[in-house]
Amino acid sequence: MDFVFKNKRISGILTILPKRAIKFEDEIENYSFSPAKCMKLKLAMGYKEHRIAEPGQTSVDFAIHGMQYLFDKGLLHREDVDAILFVSQSPDYIMPPSSNIIQGHFGIKQDCVCMDISQGCAGFEIGLIQSFMLLDQPAINKVVLLNAEVLSSRTSRRDRNSWPLAGDAAAVTVVEKSDDNSTIYANIKMDGTGAFALNIPAGGFRMPSTAETAVMVQDDAGNWRSKDNLVMQGDDVFNFVQREVPPMIEHLFEQSGVDRNEVDWYMFHQPNKFMLHKLADKLGIPHEKMPANIVENFGNASGVTVPTCICYNLGDKLVSDSMKLCLAGFGVGLTWSSLMMDFENLQFCKIIEY
Amino acid sequence: MLNNMKEQVIKILTELRPEFDFTQEGLNFIEEGMLDSFDVVSLVNELDTKYGISIDGLDIVPDNFSSVDSIVALLIKNGAK
Repeated sequence: MDFVFKNKRISGILTILPKRAIKFEDEIENYSFSPAKCMKLKLAMGYKEHRIAEPGQTSVDFAIHGMQYLFDKGLLHREDVDAILFVSQSPDYIMPPSSNIIQGHFGIKQDCVCMDISQGCAGFEIGLIQSFMLLDQPAINKVVLLNAEVLSSRTSRRDRNSWPLAGDAAAVTVVEKSDDNSTIYANIKMDGTGAFALNIPAGGFRMPSTAETAVMVQDDAGNWRSKDNLVMQGDDVFNFVQREVPPMIEHLFEQSGVDRNEVDWYMFHQPNKFMLHKLADKLGIPHEKMPANIVENFGNASGVTVPTCICYNLGDKLVSDSMKLCLAGFGVGLTWSSLMMDFENLQFCKIIEY
Repeated sequence: MLNNMKEQVIKILTELRPEFDFTQEGLNFIEEGMLDSFDVVSLVNELDTKYGISIDGLDIVPDNFSSVDSIVALLIKNGAK
């Protein structure tokens, strides 16, 4: 499904990372691989270290820390917030919505749309598209998009499929109306037949967490996890990404009329270096235009990887310059989504720690 | 050329998993557990570098890594010379 928007812009992105960094080498003993094989895995996938939240730190904590920073610095004002979108697979509660908790915490006005969206790896793109749709309303001038994940607490440390790339983080993105006449092109696709390629079996109403669901079991590949832990069918996810993402981006080129060489940066979701390089090769995009350095430095925090990639690789350049970016997210759902848009004179684009 | 490519593939496979004999006929490397998905990733990286190609992501499926012959066929399909 294609989308077209006008007179909208991103005016700032703030990424919030946990202070705690854990090195890949320090966790090798958790995996049922020899140290030599682990080091090959490290090189191929680009694992170096990842940021993991302290016990008790939640996705809402990270989002609140980021918003408080923006309020304190005068980069965002409470009275200007017309909508709060909270996109996460690791909300604080099943109910109430995290967005309402955040609105209440800051005493933001009642004329404010609070909305939680259950999305993961494509959560930044889905959140932006939803923000742009809200901004089509006369009453909404500024949306705060929050992407936040603390999925490490539901990932087994003895699962080499998932733990080496696990990462926690949040991002606050301010999206608003603009006089700029440039057009934003976007698309979303979903395929629920692959919904369980990435899943956490227990903890919802279908299978509540119990002592039984917490029992660790070894799978055929030697990974240990319980039903309370995240499961990733790595091969299925890899094949899905290689099959669906290149045609989506080719379609975005056609839809937008933008040649691939006109794009300054391809900021894609960051599952691992290997997967991103294969996508870049398939699309005929130089590796240096598609940064693949987020997993190796911070881990994969699902929908937070794209804003992290933008802040880490471009940062202040987006405050002073204008660039055309192609964004793409793909994963749980299955969901895949992309946008082509100009970034110009952001108020802020940086990373802080919590 | 084919024989040389086969020898190179066996050499890379043996460096990757020295505990197995990849010259044995009739084995399915995936079904026998001689290569897992992470071995395949390492192997693709090695082959890409060695032959100056990029094996198409859509071709990275178990069947294409089940034997030396299938790996050589994969290399040829992806432009290795």
